[in-house]
Amino acid sequence: MIITKQKQFEDIVSACRGAKNLFLFGCGDCAELCRTGGQEQLDELAEKLRNQGVTVTGTTLIHATCHELDVQRELRKHKEAVAGADAVVVLACGAGVQSVGDSTEKPVVSGCDSLFIGNSRRQMHFYEKCSVCGECVLNETAGLCPETRCPKGLLNGPCGGATRGKCEVDAANNCIWIGIYDRMKKLGRTEDMMRVSEPKNRKVANKPHRIEEPLQPKKQG
Amino acid sequence: MGKFRDSLAKGFTITVEIPPPKGSDASSFLRVAGAVRDRVSGVNVTDNQRGMMRMSSLVFSHLLLDVGVEPIWQLCCRDRNRLALQSDMLGAWALGIENLCIMTGDFPTLGDNPQAKPVYDLDAVQLIQAADMFGKGIGMNRKEIKDHKEFYIGAVLNPFYEPLELEMMKTQKKMNVGARYFQTQPFFDISSVDSFLSMVKGMDAKFLIGVTPLKSEKMINFLNLNVLTSPIPQEVSLRITQATDPAAEGLAVAAEFVNALRKRGVDGVHLMPIGQVEAIPQLLDMIDEGASK
Repeated sequence: MIITKQKQFEDIVSACRGAKNLFLFGCGDCAELCRTGGQEQLDELAEKLRNQGVTVTGTTLIHATCHELDVQRELRKHKEAVAGADAVVVLACGAGVQSVGDSTEKPVVSGCDSLFIGNSRRQMHFYEKCSVCGECVLNETAGLCPETRCPKGLLNGPCGGATRGKCEVDAANNCIWIGIYDRMKKLGRTEDMMRVSEPKNRKVANKPHRIEEPLQPKKQG
Repeated sequence: MGKFRDSLAKGFTITVEIPPPKGSDASSFLRVAGAVRDRVSGVNVTDNQRGMMRMSSLVFSHLLLDVGVEPIWQLCCRDRNRLALQSDMLGAWALGIENLCIMTGDFPTLGDNPQAKPVYDLDAVQLIQAADMFGKGIGMNRKEIKDHKEFYIGAVLNPFYEPLELEMMKTQKKMNVGARYFQTQPFFDISSVDSFLSMVKGMDAKFLIGVTPLKSEKMINFLNLNVLTSPIPQEVSLRITQATDPAAEGLAVAAEFVNALRKRGVDGVHLMPIGQVEAIPQLLDMIDEGASK
């Protein structure tokens, strides 16, 4: 899921540029799990805004704000409340904010910062394990991603800076290359680690991505 | 050029590290480098080491050549993508710089511009391979480069890394793609060097043992906390901290260590006088004095 954190209330207010009437849009998927854009957070924000003298013309949330057609449908459902607002505040990731922004003429205010694609182990504990680089190396690294979990994204082994197995950049993290080495040892595959990983083709990660047809692996021959 | 490579082929080699200045005036460091040019086989020029912004290592290498010093140009992966790295390698050819020492580079958050974008388009193994192929006239896009020259490529290794087998695998990988010599992190005791030497015995590369003169208790604490992955042995620390002139004692300890290493038959030493560039001539005097005894 996309991990978000809510912006400071003062920053949200300042981004509203003095708007007196606001419509609030949340996201029932990732942002709800992050407790940044679910119903509870919409209610809290509405309350705080009202205390500042702002009129909240309405609030809503859909299952996933990255679904643009669903967002359009939802905005139509709340046509009058949206029409009465000077701006729409969106509590969702950047993708969600832009779904709303592309579906209304009203100015859109982003209420969250998008942080990373995260795995969740328990409530409100999130860990970045994949950075959608476009060229997955997990089959060569015993299922642990060095592109993401090594701050330097090294593909041919560790940098040599780890102390007692901890990453030199953030000692809260284990050096992922030691993890890869341990797993490869268990799998009897340490010799594979002597193979040179070629430089990544950064072209496949160039933004913005676009896919408009079902993607199938190319057939051989 | 070729002095560093030739020296390593012949025997005991001394190189010294001099960082580029943090400012426009390189004269004081160049004066030191010029004064010791006949006493060392190469001066190693760091590339924004520890992520601290300094003059370009390529430019400072060029300035060293101007005063008759053979540079060992450090190039790290942190700050440049493959376009910029290859472009600088072409520049090095044009300037007559032959020695290249390649490393990953400390992460920007450890340095003085922590908000910088970490590049690491290539890792050290990939950059060594690219530099080696460059020397054969092939660019990273597999296209031919005319009027190419060869680099003498080296790399670094941390003999205190755990698990050491993993670090040695990476060292072997670096050798396989073109590294001919290695500079180590600083050693502070002979027994650690002995076990290191027995481990690299038979490997087809030259190993320059890192030596850092310690000048104060503060420096020892800093290195133990921020730089070294294995602490400085207590007997060495005590000799410095209990001396009336810790900096002078630090130089004496380093000089003794260098001569002990020479007797061990190591390929050479790489002096890293962190924050003590001005003391390099004195350190070399002390090494010579010890050697003649």
